[in-house]
Amino acid sequence: MAVMLSSLAKKGVSKHATGFSFTQSPCGGLALAINGEAAVLRVSGALWLPAHRALIVADLHFEKGSAYAARGQLLPPYDTRETLTRLEREVAATTPEQLVFLGDSFHDGAAEARLDTDDFARLAALAAGRRLIWAVGNHDADGPDALPGAIVDTLTLGGLVLRHEPLDGPRPGEVAGHLHPAAKIAGRGGRVRRRCFLTDGERLVLPAFGAYAGGLNVRDAAFAGLFTGRPLAAALGAERVHAIGWTSLVRD
Amino acid sequence: MDAAAPPALLPPRFADWFAGRGWAARDHQLAMIEKARAGRSALLIAPTGGGKTLAGFLPSLIDLAQRPPANGPRGIHTLYISPLKALAVDVERNLMVPIREMGLDIVAESRSGDTGEARKQRQKLKPPDLLLTTPEQLALLLAWEGARGLFEDLRCVIIDEIHTLWPSKRGDLLALGLARLQTLAPGMRRVGLSATVDDPEIILRWLGPNTASVDLVLGPPGPAPVVEVLIAGSGVPWTGHTAQHAMGEVYETIKRHRTTLVFVNTRFQAEYAFQELWKLNEDSLPIALHHGSLAAEQRRRVEAAMGRGELRAVVCTSTLDLGVDWGDVDLVIQLAAPKGAARMVQRIGRANHRLDEPSKALFVPANRFEVLECQAAIEAIAENALDGEPPRTGALDVLAQHVMGRACSEPFDLLALYDEVRAAGPYRDLAWEDFEAVIEFVSTGGYALKTYDRFRRIVKTADGLWTARNPDTVRRHRMNVGAIVSPAMLSVRMAARGGRAGRKLGEMEEGFVEMLSPGDTFIFAGQVWRLHGVTGVDVLVSPAPHVDPKMPSWGSSKFAISTFLAGKVRRMMSNDAEWGVLPAEVREWLEAQRAHSALPRPDELLIETFPKGDRHFLTCYPFDGRHAHTTLAMLLTRRLDRLGVGPLGFVCNDYSMAIWSLKPMDGLDLDALFEEDMLGDDLEAWLDESFMMKRAFKGCALVSGLIERRMPGAEKSGRQVTFSTDLIYDVLRRHQPDHLLLRCARADAANNLVEIGRVAGMLGRIKGHLRHVALDHVSPFAVPMFMELGRERAPGGASEMMLAEAAEALIAEAMA
Repeated sequence: MAVMLSSLAKKGVSKHATGFSFTQSPCGGLALAINGEAAVLRVSGALWLPAHRALIVADLHFEKGSAYAARGQLLPPYDTRETLTRLEREVAATTPEQLVFLGDSFHDGAAEARLDTDDFARLAALAAGRRLIWAVGNHDADGPDALPGAIVDTLTLGGLVLRHEPLDGPRPGEVAGHLHPAAKIAGRGGRVRRRCFLTDGERLVLPAFGAYAGGLNVRDAAFAGLFTGRPLAAALGAERVHAIGWTSLVRD
Repeated sequence: MDAAAPPALLPPRFADWFAGRGWAARDHQLAMIEKARAGRSALLIAPTGGGKTLAGFLPSLIDLAQRPPANGPRGIHTLYISPLKALAVDVERNLMVPIREMGLDIVAESRSGDTGEARKQRQKLKPPDLLLTTPEQLALLLAWEGARGLFEDLRCVIIDEIHTLWPSKRGDLLALGLARLQTLAPGMRRVGLSATVDDPEIILRWLGPNTASVDLVLGPPGPAPVVEVLIAGSGVPWTGHTAQHAMGEVYETIKRHRTTLVFVNTRFQAEYAFQELWKLNEDSLPIALHHGSLAAEQRRRVEAAMGRGELRAVVCTSTLDLGVDWGDVDLVIQLAAPKGAARMVQRIGRANHRLDEPSKALFVPANRFEVLECQAAIEAIAENALDGEPPRTGALDVLAQHVMGRACSEPFDLLALYDEVRAAGPYRDLAWEDFEAVIEFVSTGGYALKTYDRFRRIVKTADGLWTARNPDTVRRHRMNVGAIVSPAMLSVRMAARGGRAGRKLGEMEEGFVEMLSPGDTFIFAGQVWRLHGVTGVDVLVSPAPHVDPKMPSWGSSKFAISTFLAGKVRRMMSNDAEWGVLPAEVREWLEAQRAHSALPRPDELLIETFPKGDRHFLTCYPFDGRHAHTTLAMLLTRRLDRLGVGPLGFVCNDYSMAIWSLKPMDGLDLDALFEEDMLGDDLEAWLDESFMMKRAFKGCALVSGLIERRMPGAEKSGRQVTFSTDLIYDVLRRHQPDHLLLRCARADAANNLVEIGRVAGMLGRIKGHLRHVALDHVSPFAVPMFMELGRERAPGGASEMMLAEAAEALIAEAMA
């Protein structure tokens, strides 16, 4: 067998085949405009809207591990704190004024009650000094009971409408989660599958942020009809976001 | 043959039966009766064709023939365990002959995953006297609440082909089952049947509660096999693994024999050889193909045709290493390198199941290094010096599965179970702390964060015993019993109209499918196909006749060369007095290597450095197998990177390894570079990140019951967004790096995938014995690697690089 070790790096403005442009930002993310609003797709999988000082994460699925444990599969109970640690790191890096959880923040209706006391306190602390907004999803339709923050169905920030589940047809300005997009590419001698953002410059689907949240291949039928042209997959690498064109993506 | 048996050993009815067939009971068959009479357990080692299976059963048949009629229902008298269900069925058929002919009132039945539900239920209610089954079925029966009644009358358990079972997780599970059976039936004897092995002591230790309780019985050795190396008239190529150059001679050899088994080391080599033989098959000889990816019906058809003596040759993989006896096989051909002497003895034993005639075999080396390897294997077989395995330490994930099974069967006492488990050979030295950790894992997952107390899978009863939480837990455990974790398989199907899936052609490992892109052609089931695409679990293909299939990088073999054989190759290479047996071109190649570079002594490691193009190369020849070389190369490149040499890549095969870099490496302190301390932090850091750990973790998660393969009612759909074991691995590694399953996964990865032990042995061996030669160009030994380099693709592991390259392609797309 043979292994190549070299790696490539590049800088500068690039233009996607569909016509919108993006730049690699110093933090490793991709900077671009969604429906005219400046946005940074961060390597963590979070969305940063500088004009609104808003940090947006989707599909946290807190307590997914314990949900399986209750049904007899004792998955490690560390997913909530793992997700929280990554979230706290993002909050520290961006110091947002608004923190938006874009739905399916809890894996199920009873998840909030299963939170460990430490984890509960850390989650509550995220609301201190900023607006914490819970957009509700299909897994957590009622939002939290005891945790602080506002509960909403949708949220408008400038030219963007934030909601959990993307609506069918063209929706310029929509930012959603729910689908857990993942990009798979085929290269010499193997394939790589990573969580990704999916966008055509008009609307955006966020990757799942939760530690145990799986991914759905963006070539799946569930994504068809959301974009008029071929969207760009912004795949989460180890240190930066990789912009991958539609033709490079393969099915599972 | 042997003298007439003393009537004391063989009852008249049995002696008459032997006489009626014109046979005399063999010494080892009588010895087994003697051991049984003395109440001793026994390990019988005899070559194939020696009446080994009958020797195992005779004592039970005699005992059953003489037992008084029953007053009530009785449990199983003798349990027979085979590694293959086909073998259990075949033995059932063979046993019926003496039972019928002697008119014995004995019921013998087999039980496997294929046995109908009605028969399985009846076997539980009205057990047969002899039950023939597999380790997995035994684990299932032991997890049944009626296990005690089924097994408490057990007198004997017979384990066939024990040499293939013990050094594996299946063996661990079986050893735990034996310990359980011994508790249920304290008078039970253990009988092991084995082909020739290097070190019977290890099997004795595995089989018995202790070595003193098992006696060794040796069958007659049989004549030594006749093994030759085929050197094709066209010469031996520098490189390659297919032996395509020798196919004409292989075909002619098949023509000269009655029935030939052609063994290869991978299923793709099997496909290739089958294809090549049929291109030459002007006489339309019935030549068939047999490997693990073919549909089960297809394999069974080949086996049946073989049984009827209708085939002239079968090209096969390790799927036919074991199995039903075919009397007609008169030649075994090993296409490409043997890799281990013990496996060769097993394969050669498939030819000529007659004790008084030698088995005949032909080795066909595919390249020059393999010529050396074949010659070394022939000498090892002649000396009966086989590559031994180290003693087995039982895996803890298997123990976890067994503990859950125990709780499903009946409540257990913790201390009693600990004692019982330590009566299983591989768990003899199990520490109480590890046992406790396994119990805690089965109960609550074994997490430092104690949040799962209310979700316990096993709970303590009022009288202090442990039992399964509820019937649902029990049902789910029973659906997931077993210690074989096979790679994910996809169904290969004809592409039907509208992109739908048509007829199923067989199954293929996911890993292979991932190397192909739509439009690629490949060989499968003896034909050339074009890949249309993959949907869910189906690989859609259409026939592509008259097309040259793309040759994927199959690597040399899924087996690495054994330590023992590698040592022999090193010795042979360094001693030109032994070169007489080698073909002229291989001798010339060795002489050229000596003239242009050097031939290392057996304890030396030859390291060459030279420039080529705008790169600098370092090559070395440890002969320690592909896995160990890959591990060594990964660790060396980390060091070279820190030294600022700028390593760019490496290539490994079973014999050698090359690393290339931006800057020259001949000035480096090589003793420091190959220092044993590379197995410290570097190893840990690399291993934890490697895909091998993730693969090993997945296996442990499945065996231990953390993840379920099958769930009642709900079949996992490919579409469903679900968790993956990789995500669990990453989280667990960060939050509880000493968790039981991570320890299991590290042990598995170190043993099976990266061969840490072997790398350590190599580094110890070569310490102070490095022989560096600075060259100005490539050496004769290095040529094969360079030829492979041109053809192979880089495997995964460089994921980030691939992402970056895909992004690069996007830029090109945009700029066009």
